[in-house]
Amino acid sequence: MFLINCPFCGEREQSEFKAGGEAHIVRPKQPTELSDDEWAEYLFMRKNIKGIQFERWNHVHGCRKWFNMVRDTSNDQIKAVYKMGEKPPVK
Amino acid sequence: MKNKYSIFSLIKNAFSYHENWEKAWKDPEPKKEYDAIIVGGGGHGLATAYYLAKKHNMKNIAVVEKGWIGGGNTGRNTTIIRSNYLWDASAGLYDHALKIWEGLSQELNYNVMFSQRGVMNLAHNLQDVRDLKRRTHANRLNGIDAVYLNTEEVKKFCPIINTSQDIRYPVLGGTLQRRAGTARHDAVAWGYARGADEMGVDIIQNCEVKGIKRNGDTVEGIETTKGFIKTKKIGVVAAGHSSVIANMAGLKLPLESKPLQALVSEPVKPIIDTVVMSNAVHAYVSQSDKGELVIGAGTDDYVSYSQKGSHDIVEGTLNAILELYPIFSRMRMLRQWGGIVDICPDASPIISKTSIKGLYFNCGWGTGGFKATPGSGDLFAHTIANDEPHKLNAAFNMNRFVSGDLVDEHGAAAVAH
Repeated sequence: MFLINCPFCGEREQSEFKAGGEAHIVRPKQPTELSDDEWAEYLFMRKNIKGIQFERWNHVHGCRKWFNMVRDTSNDQIKAVYKMGEKPPVK
Repeated sequence: MKNKYSIFSLIKNAFSYHENWEKAWKDPEPKKEYDAIIVGGGGHGLATAYYLAKKHNMKNIAVVEKGWIGGGNTGRNTTIIRSNYLWDASAGLYDHALKIWEGLSQELNYNVMFSQRGVMNLAHNLQDVRDLKRRTHANRLNGIDAVYLNTEEVKKFCPIINTSQDIRYPVLGGTLQRRAGTARHDAVAWGYARGADEMGVDIIQNCEVKGIKRNGDTVEGIETTKGFIKTKKIGVVAAGHSSVIANMAGLKLPLESKPLQALVSEPVKPIIDTVVMSNAVHAYVSQSDKGELVIGAGTDDYVSYSQKGSHDIVEGTLNAILELYPIFSRMRMLRQWGGIVDICPDASPIISKTSIKGLYFNCGWGTGGFKATPGSGDLFAHTIANDEPHKLNAAFNMNRFVSGDLVDEHGAAAVAH
């Protein structure tokens, strides 16, 4: 359990949010050109990092907006929160 | 040859105040080279080593474990064993394991306390009823025992369940697998460790893998906190940390690691003599031999390696438990913990070769790996020894995420494992 600073609503309990998985996975621009391996990579393969991970969250029980988060998955500490389309503030 | 455990060895050791029992396994330093190395000393890893030595005559092997054996998810699960899965591939896999469970204590000369007390899965809406009936038929076609119970039969089998039709999620029926049950989780790891050690397997604890050395597309060995160990075959059974190990070899897996919580109550006299699971309200409960209620909660939806979980998950589970079992309303919970489970997109495991020669993965067991421990070890040992999968784990290959031939047990298993 941790607190999340929603970029639109401010600090709320994590239970108000839904995790949306790894961020910055770009949808293929030419889906018909993709091989089965490339589809598998896009659909299923995940970095699943132990450490600093970039991910998407949705404030489902609040503003219902999507945003990005940088979080250390080894201890659940949130490093940064930023809006969709923005560049990550940390590396 | 190790001393056999029996009533006579118990009496004999009583005379020396149980202070001279032989160590169940040695604590060796790693050799320079092994024929195969298993990464991860949980139940699955130790079982793999045991069957590699026993069935495939590979004695020069080691199990490396970063902590202590059985200290990960083997010691953190709710010990439920069942095989009533919907799809043929899953039914084959889990029933293979259940059949080994039935003779495991005798085979290992170690009491794993396997108790076939039955597992009941509840239905709370019409779709549940249809799904569970369908699963019962599918189970029977696969030779797995299953019966469908109506509400009165559910009440008769487990009288403390609240079968009032006025509650938010009334019990409309359920399925029962009588051969299913529970086992003592630690004993499984210890029994397999003792058996493997006796056949010459080195069990190396406090030895964390730091890197996998490759020469092109072939493995050469592992870097560990106890130095480099050379080997031609590496079997990774690292549960929640599978992706971390895969990353060391330059592989990406279709896994997400999430916290799964469980909790136990204060011990009370026997009140529930079976295992009851409910998918719709997400609550499952059984009672340990010590008398504690063992309660399983759900996973959090975010990736985490912290072995903690969110409080609201536990709260939701306890709400459901209280509605189904009002008798527990004044029970106090004693302990709560989390384990990190590696979940595949299709909720089925991977027991497979990889694109790197000599590197094998047994992962993706998600929230339900304990029940499969003996079968998983047996099939993974076969895969490593022959460099080919057994027919029972052929469907659980890594390539299914490319071909699309998934074994979709999400929801289809009708329970959250």
